[in-house]
Amino acid sequence: MKQPIYLDNNATTPLDPRVLEAMLPYFTEKFGNAASRNHAFGWVAEEGVDYAREQVAKLIGCTEKEVIFTSGATEADNLGIKGVFEMYKEKGNHIITAVTEHKAVLDTCKHLEKNGARVTYLGVKEDGLIDLAELEAAMTPETILVSIMYGNNEIGVIQPVKEISAIAHKFGALFMTDATQAVGKIPVDVNADGIDLMAFSAHKMYGPKGVGALYVRRKNPRVKVTSQMDGGGHERGMRSGTLNVPGIVGLGKACELCRLEMESETIRLSALRDKLESTLNKMEESYVNGNTQHRLPHVANISFKYVEGEGLMMAMSDLAVSSGSACTSASLEPSYVLKSLGLSDDLAHSSIRYGLGRFTTEEEIDQAIAVTEKAVNHLRELSPLWEMFKEGIDLSKIEWAEH
Amino acid sequence: MAYSEKVIDHYNNPRNVGTLNKDSKFVGTGLVGAPECGDVMRLQIEVSEENVITDAKFKTFGCGSAIASSSLATEWLKGKTIDEALTIDNMDIVEELALPPVKIHCSVLAEDAIKSAINDYRVKNGLEAIVLEKSHH
Repeated sequence: MKQPIYLDNNATTPLDPRVLEAMLPYFTEKFGNAASRNHAFGWVAEEGVDYAREQVAKLIGCTEKEVIFTSGATEADNLGIKGVFEMYKEKGNHIITAVTEHKAVLDTCKHLEKNGARVTYLGVKEDGLIDLAELEAAMTPETILVSIMYGNNEIGVIQPVKEISAIAHKFGALFMTDATQAVGKIPVDVNADGIDLMAFSAHKMYGPKGVGALYVRRKNPRVKVTSQMDGGGHERGMRSGTLNVPGIVGLGKACELCRLEMESETIRLSALRDKLESTLNKMEESYVNGNTQHRLPHVANISFKYVEGEGLMMAMSDLAVSSGSACTSASLEPSYVLKSLGLSDDLAHSSIRYGLGRFTTEEEIDQAIAVTEKAVNHLRELSPLWEMFKEGIDLSKIEWAEH
Repeated sequence: MAYSEKVIDHYNNPRNVGTLNKDSKFVGTGLVGAPECGDVMRLQIEVSEENVITDAKFKTFGCGSAIASSSLATEWLKGKTIDEALTIDNMDIVEELALPPVKIHCSVLAEDAIKSAINDYRVKNGLEAIVLEKSHH
């Protein structure tokens, strides 16, 4: 079977062969436990971890001691939010986040609400960005944490992180960001951006699955989180559990490659993305979702009105993409991110996300354009809504029999 | 999710796509579903003086299973009498297309579309609409 063209790099990225090469010895001859202090096997593993810590720190502008390795961004989000809530309980119980966050943040906040937290979920403007005045108005003396994602996974918009952290700090709160989609793709500097805690993951930047990190600030201010897992006191007591040495080495190498290649990759990918997006946006009744100025370079989210996303993806089986359509989720609800931009349900159902990556070629983009155009036209031929639109019938005036 | 071969066949080669003259008294039109729900089916039948369905056409906005369900429905309708058409049950469609549980609503919609088209035809021709029993949603 011919492999489809992979344009779902926001879901996960393929492992870069250079990353794999760096990891391999740590499965076999360098198999030691990084916590074994008494023999060479342990020292060698620890060296690998230390070097990876440096590579990670260099990418995000922090010191090695501020990097806590985890099993991924979901665990890092949990550790950051729950850990701050438990550590700073005395100071207050209020957390601010946004409705477009990843479920790892939203569901963690919901969990804390059951344990006495008060959580404010900020809405977003129709371009997907939060309103800074609304954030400022929501701050209270009890606010201990503001957690707003860096770049959105569905539409790629980049939140004004510097301004957000300044507001949080003005009110004495910590600022955390889920930067899973941003780290490695765009310059992220924890000091310039005023970040106190940051979650990210290796498999979104050509590293392996099952490993990520939480950045925890050590100076100005010194941030502490209560550990969520009890055990051997690894990672400065914040995350117990034998270190995933090959994974960590892979994360380190992935960070190094992203740092070295970011500038040229950003130029290349945004040119490809813009070509894809501007060509598809020329189609009648197609709409680009989210802010197009403040955005990750590799994401395009487009709604093709009067066709349904899952049906569309079936016609595009040569492409691996994702849709905000209800039918692709277990919940039968269309994407909550797109809905929070004020998109009507039918446009949310009609959306396709294209996520480009390091291994995407121009030829693939040309094919993706051709496949999409053909599929959209085919499905519009089948669509009663398209026919009605073409006849000038106002669909909003029809009384639909909801089922 | 993997689709059954029959769904893929109907999806790739939909039967009877198109539009009949909805103003003709021999044509019954059923429009069911809602754009907000992600499925809209329009199913039309053309009925002869002898109460036989001589033609059926559809257009569907929806996922592959919704398209396949309506395509299959038009195939089954052609040549049937109205009374025979009324016996088509959504579970027949589920079985024929091997729809998974999460897609059963597509077959329900197709059954609703058939009944709604028949009722449109009946009302146009001075007959009473048949009271539709709520199919298993």
